[in-house]
Amino acid sequence: MTSVLAEQIEPSATGRPTGRPTGRPTGRVRSGRLARASGLAFGVSMLWFSLLVLLPLAAVLVKSGERGWSGFWTAITNEQTAAAVRLTVGHAFLVTLVNMLMGTVIAWVLVRDQFFGKRALEVLIDIPFALPTIVAGLVMLSLYGPTSPLGVDIANSRRAVFLAFLFVTLPFVVRTVQPVLAELDRDVEEAAASLGASSFTTFRRIVLPALTPAIAAGAALSFARAVSEYGSLVLLSGNLPFRTEVTSVRILSSIENDNLPGAAAVAAVLLAISLVVIVIVDVLQRWVVRRG
Amino acid sequence: MSIEVANVSKRFGDFVALDDVSVSIPSGQLTALLGPSGGGKSTLLRIIAGLEHPDDGRISIEGRDATLLRPQRRNVGFVFQHYAAFKHLSVYRNVAFGLEIRKRPKDEIRERVQHLLALVHLEQFADRLPSQLSGGQRQRMALARALAVEPSVLLLDEPFGALDAKVRKELREWLRRLHDEVHVTTVFVTHDQEEALEVADEIVVINEGRVEQIGSPDQLYDAPANDFVMRFLGPVTQLGSRLVRPHDLELRAGEPYGAMPATVQRIVRVGFEVRVEAVTAAGQTVLATLSRTQFQALGIGVGVGSPVSLRLVDGAPSVDTGEDPAAEAVLVGT
Repeated sequence: MTSVLAEQIEPSATGRPTGRPTGRPTGRVRSGRLARASGLAFGVSMLWFSLLVLLPLAAVLVKSGERGWSGFWTAITNEQTAAAVRLTVGHAFLVTLVNMLMGTVIAWVLVRDQFFGKRALEVLIDIPFALPTIVAGLVMLSLYGPTSPLGVDIANSRRAVFLAFLFVTLPFVVRTVQPVLAELDRDVEEAAASLGASSFTTFRRIVLPALTPAIAAGAALSFARAVSEYGSLVLLSGNLPFRTEVTSVRILSSIENDNLPGAAAVAAVLLAISLVVIVIVDVLQRWVVRRG
Repeated sequence: MSIEVANVSKRFGDFVALDDVSVSIPSGQLTALLGPSGGGKSTLLRIIAGLEHPDDGRISIEGRDATLLRPQRRNVGFVFQHYAAFKHLSVYRNVAFGLEIRKRPKDEIRERVQHLLALVHLEQFADRLPSQLSGGQRQRMALARALAVEPSVLLLDEPFGALDAKVRKELREWLRRLHDEVHVTTVFVTHDQEEALEVADEIVVINEGRVEQIGSPDQLYDAPANDFVMRFLGPVTQLGSRLVRPHDLELRAGEPYGAMPATVQRIVRVGFEVRVEAVTAAGQTVLATLSRTQFQALGIGVGVGSPVSLRLVDGAPSVDTGEDPAAEAVLVGT
């Protein structure tokens, strides 16, 4: 047994082929060239990222601070703005919860079940993603607006906001969970079953922790997308101040009223909220995985 | 009898995995299900574990009918070829899993897990994640996890199949010793006849969904039931219509009475072994293996083209193939 142990403690002893005398020098030359190439790639990606993301973000923050702290504070404590933030964040949160459940269920069905039309469904899932949001808005207006053929009129109500969020965020959790679920070994579930775990226990303690990082990633994307949504709800929600006005609409109306720093202040708040949510999602995800 | 498999059949679509298989697996022993891949041995193991349902037939474990029992209720430990480790749980938590589900007290769990980790020599790896272990260590962890729930039967599906040759050899010797310590009824699936012959108390040879023979390693080797078993368990050559082991052939220079005359065609020496290929008068090529000493005792004169005679040593196993290549050779010749 001791020889087995010695063998195992040194994994490289078994993992790597030995006796390749030419391996080392070529490896060294390669790594030098690679280092230069990856250095260049690193520089280019950082520049790219800075130009496209960091610079605009910084500009928003600078703009929001143009009227000083008190100006910023007035802009974000404006009651109409606060109502829009509450509506947007609250609904984005609820929609994300629904997506975590439904997205996982849909991914499960797509991976584990065989049925007629599965391929078609796989493609259709991405439609909310690919469709221009204003087209989605138009479709929803005609389906659930005052002239609804279904007799469902949710125009000018918060339900319209909720529905629009649900529509555009549908693919996120499905698409993040699906590949992870497909990769999951069935062996592992069978092992849990033969150790006496019920299907529910196996799902909760074995499958779910494996899916959690993917669900969390999908949830973060879904939340971010909902918070920023404009096109799909602007037609159906009516944009009523204090009732159905979301932050993106509020920002636009600020800009139209020539209040650019005010718009930037709201944007900065949204930015902060999104950041906090992403951090919370990450922490939760680690906790669930660790707990098993 | 610990496991009783009676008239079990299983199909996957058109493919017949098991065809009316009946096997009795004795208590407390180490039994190998041996056969070529795709022969149905893994399916049989999975049916015993309840991971697969038979189309027909019955399974009983420890005298209890288990045919319709869910895998959770069979009290079997199962070890998979690719470890099936719970990747997000530490080695300790992996082994503790079955006990935690059974809601055993924490102290009892700790004691049992530590005992098992000591048994599989992984005490110092308790806090590691499976991804930080080598293949051999992961498989030992899987074994400890399966043993934790004190199963009445331990089932291993090609347990060493994914490991490299050296670790595989060490682990199977270790499994044998572990079994001598733990004494739980164990069934393992393998396609490696050396592994089965070395480790098992009893071997069930399965091919194309049917049981070819059941017996101890000695019985199988010394009295193979048919030419499949004979071929599968070791090297063979054909002398006349009989299938024999090349090392059971006696080779002599010249042509003594009662033996098959032949002419040496090729001599290959591999380490301690000398392989002699000789062609009989009927045109049949026969392989005989001799030790280096035996070969030297033949005399220096034996080389390619030398006349020799071949004889099966007394008591050596042979199987009639039912076809006589000598007759065929004559036909081809005319």
